[in-house]
Amino acid sequence: MTVNGSVDTGVASGIKVRHLDKHFGSFHAVKDVSFAAEDGKITAILGPSGSGKSTVLRMIAGLERPDGGEITITGDEQTWVPVQERRVGFVFQHYALFRHMTVRNNVAFGLAIRKERKPEIGKRVDELLELVQLAPFADRYPDQLSGGQRQRVALARALAPRPRVLLLDEPFGALDARVRQELRRWLDDLHRELGVTSLLVTHDQEEALELANEVVVMHHGRIEQIGTPDDVYNRPASPFVAGFIGSANVIEGRVEGDHLRFGNHVMSGAATHLANGAVAHAYIRPIDVRITEDDSNGAYRATVERVNNLGPSSKIRFRLTDGQPLLADLPNEVLPILEAGQQVLLDLRNVKVFESESEDELGALEEPVAAP
Amino acid sequence: MQEQVGTLVREDPRPAKPAAGSRARQVARAAMGRWSLRSVALLYLGLMVALPTAAVVIRGFGGGLAALKEALDAPGAHQALMLSVGLAALTAVINAVLGTVVAYVLVRYRFVGRGVLSTLVDIPFAVPTLVTGVMLVALYGPNSLVGGFFIDHGFQIIFARPGILLALLFVTLPLVVRTVQPVLHQLDLAEEEAARVLGASRWVTFRKVVLPHLRSAVVAGGLLSFARAIGEYGAVVILSGNLLNKTLTAPVFIYQLISDFKPDAAAAVATLLFGLSFTLVLVTERLTRGRPA
Amino acid sequence: MSTQGELRPARLSAPTRKRLVHGGLIAVALVYVGTLVLAPLVGITWAATRAGWHTWSATFADPTARHAYVLTGVITLVTVVVTAILGVVVALVLSRDLFPGRGLLSAVADLPIAISPVIVGLMAVLLFGTGGWFESWFSARGIRILFAVPSIAIVTLFICIPFVIREVTPILQELGTEEEQAAKTLGATSLQTFFRVTLPNIRWGLLYGIALSTARAIGEVGAVVVVSGLIAGQTETATLFILRAFDQFHDETGYVVALTLAMVSIVLLAGIEIFKHREEKELSR
Repeated sequence: MTVNGSVDTGVASGIKVRHLDKHFGSFHAVKDVSFAAEDGKITAILGPSGSGKSTVLRMIAGLERPDGGEITITGDEQTWVPVQERRVGFVFQHYALFRHMTVRNNVAFGLAIRKERKPEIGKRVDELLELVQLAPFADRYPDQLSGGQRQRVALARALAPRPRVLLLDEPFGALDARVRQELRRWLDDLHRELGVTSLLVTHDQEEALELANEVVVMHHGRIEQIGTPDDVYNRPASPFVAGFIGSANVIEGRVEGDHLRFGNHVMSGAATHLANGAVAHAYIRPIDVRITEDDSNGAYRATVERVNNLGPSSKIRFRLTDGQPLLADLPNEVLPILEAGQQVLLDLRNVKVFESESEDELGALEEPVAAP
Repeated sequence: MQEQVGTLVREDPRPAKPAAGSRARQVARAAMGRWSLRSVALLYLGLMVALPTAAVVIRGFGGGLAALKEALDAPGAHQALMLSVGLAALTAVINAVLGTVVAYVLVRYRFVGRGVLSTLVDIPFAVPTLVTGVMLVALYGPNSLVGGFFIDHGFQIIFARPGILLALLFVTLPLVVRTVQPVLHQLDLAEEEAARVLGASRWVTFRKVVLPHLRSAVVAGGLLSFARAIGEYGAVVILSGNLLNKTLTAPVFIYQLISDFKPDAAAAVATLLFGLSFTLVLVTERLTRGRPA
Repeated sequence: MSTQGELRPARLSAPTRKRLVHGGLIAVALVYVGTLVLAPLVGITWAATRAGWHTWSATFADPTARHAYVLTGVITLVTVVVTAILGVVVALVLSRDLFPGRGLLSAVADLPIAISPVIVGLMAVLLFGTGGWFESWFSARGIRILFAVPSIAIVTLFICIPFVIREVTPILQELGTEEEQAAKTLGATSLQTFFRVTLPNIRWGLLYGIALSTARAIGEVGAVVVVSGLIAGQTETATLFILRAFDQFHDETGYVVALTLAMVSIVLLAGIEIFKHREEKELSR
């Protein structure tokens, strides 16, 4: 779990990006980005819109020109090679299928360009259509297909010319939730079968955490953290990552020695690594707000304000004695019967405390955060 | 299956190109591509359109404003311009109203002959303007089907202003209809239905709900018609008789000046005419493009 | 409820009123367009058929008439090809290349629509006539522009410039560049991308623009009458032929040629309608 993962692994494969930089006019879109996408694995670049992730992907593909930095694909330096010669497969968010060609001709395009022989092309197209399960649609046109089908065609088309790597720019962003899930699972299976080095850009953290072997979290053009899904979820390296990945209760407080004071409460031992007197934020996931019987270890007194039973789990809104709200999201099997107005004791686990940076470092929460 | 699948992606006998590109070369190549296209476009339009236009304007203003005024004071210039402006204005107004009716009917109603009507509206775009004049002479001329009837009743169509007006209306009909139609298409019927439910009569609904949306399109169509009508030559020259003060329009007048070897006077009147219609077309562009979604 | 026996005037029921209004509007539209457009077409068909078979065959045999048709055809072909190719170039630049002065370029492309054709003829006179800007350069090389075929081509070109540009530019803007980007990632060069992806996508708008320019080129008279010199059998286009026929009181010959041109334009109109319809369908996909 490092902020900038190690880049010189010495292996001449996969995708390596070093000190990439890009301005659009006066807007600094990508700031000194370096990371490596390991050969044969899926790496996800995760971040909110405007974080620069698509720009990074497009620079790797050659669709944008970097202002500085280096791009290496399977050992070849590609920074200034024109896009046509890079042999990457690219999948667009809105499919970008050739509207005047049949599915078959779309998939065959990359091969036809290279003037491969007709029978070879036909064989390969059939292979790929089988793979994406669209063989019966070979002679249809894109506007006769559903969104999910179009994206599968786009994938087949990208894979047909045997690219070295596969780049996907928010591939499921234009699809509705159910189709998105299906295609996610399907991409996972596909990747298992094919083993292509894949770089996936997305703002959907569920997607990133589910699919990727490694996650690169980006914000405002910079890399916030590189790590496995487990790393970025459970060991966020910055307030942004803590707030962006998963949901979080955010509590603002002040550092007193080793402790964090907020409202009427003190979180002992929570701020050992922070400067005394500084303003800091504590991040607690809703799953880590637990009801306890044990009053000894700094448990917090709270009142139950609202309970929403969602089937297998419940969302509960608590309020501490000084008015601080806390949201819990817990499986029903660990919960006792709760009623509004009831008094309980809360234990907060896995609290991450960061010194305050700017306002927008705070991640999103379902409910407003109370000021101290 | 594994082997087969394995070859789906990895194997490729051709190695990737060695890192041949250098930054300078790539930047230069992209810039060259962009500039070659750009320069073709600039050369084409600059040479073919901007240059000739400049020639007329410079010649027109060549002797300064005094010479311009002198040229415009030449016999016939005022009358020709006034006639053209007047007829064009009348054309614009008539077609603004009736053209809107036609557009409304085409968009909102289904009836036998709707397709034919739509095609008829496009005919003026296809037919040569001179043929338009000829058709009107064939229909309303002294030896024709209908013309004899009118002349007997003392009503002159050909070689008189009504004929010119008919020609101008013909030529500008599609301009209003095709400008208003797309706007009507995009109107949300829900607004009108809401007004009706609230008790507004059909006419009031049209005036207060539909018309405001159409206003800029109708005005744009009207201005385009005006600009077109003021410069029309082919449809007019055959049936106007070219009688000064009666049926001599500005374009025909300019032609006479040219054939009389008076290029300066011609350029002066031309500049005026051109300035007027160009301004109108610019305004029209602004009106049709700057519409809120 | 008021005084018994008072007769109230019968009011039409609402649905009847609605139908009357609708019917009235439709009638107005049909009558207007019918009298304005359809009637003249009928008129000329009547006049031309009344001219009789001998006028028709005489006109087709007439070498000057033949020459006029051929000249119109050649000029139209050259005009359409040049304005189509260069029009697409301009459309590409206007829709995809962002550079300062793009708005000015767009306005210049629209200019010919606002100019009376006679003024276009005047432009040619001012550039190539005696004392014109380019006159000495061309006459020194023995090339006749004015009162010869080249000037006819030049003015017709000027007038037809906007059509393809105006039709293709919005399509390119609407389509965006994603398909072209996809083609490039698949290895296509810029030229391959243009011919395999861009061109098929603009084809209906392009054809519509071409049909409109063809119709305009065939029908051009105002500019041509100024520059051609009106030399029958050499620089006389079909439209000029008609003018001369009426000038010399050979009305019937005039009607025959006019109807011929009208028939050609009706055929073009069919093309125009089809291409326009396809273009609209494209844009709504």
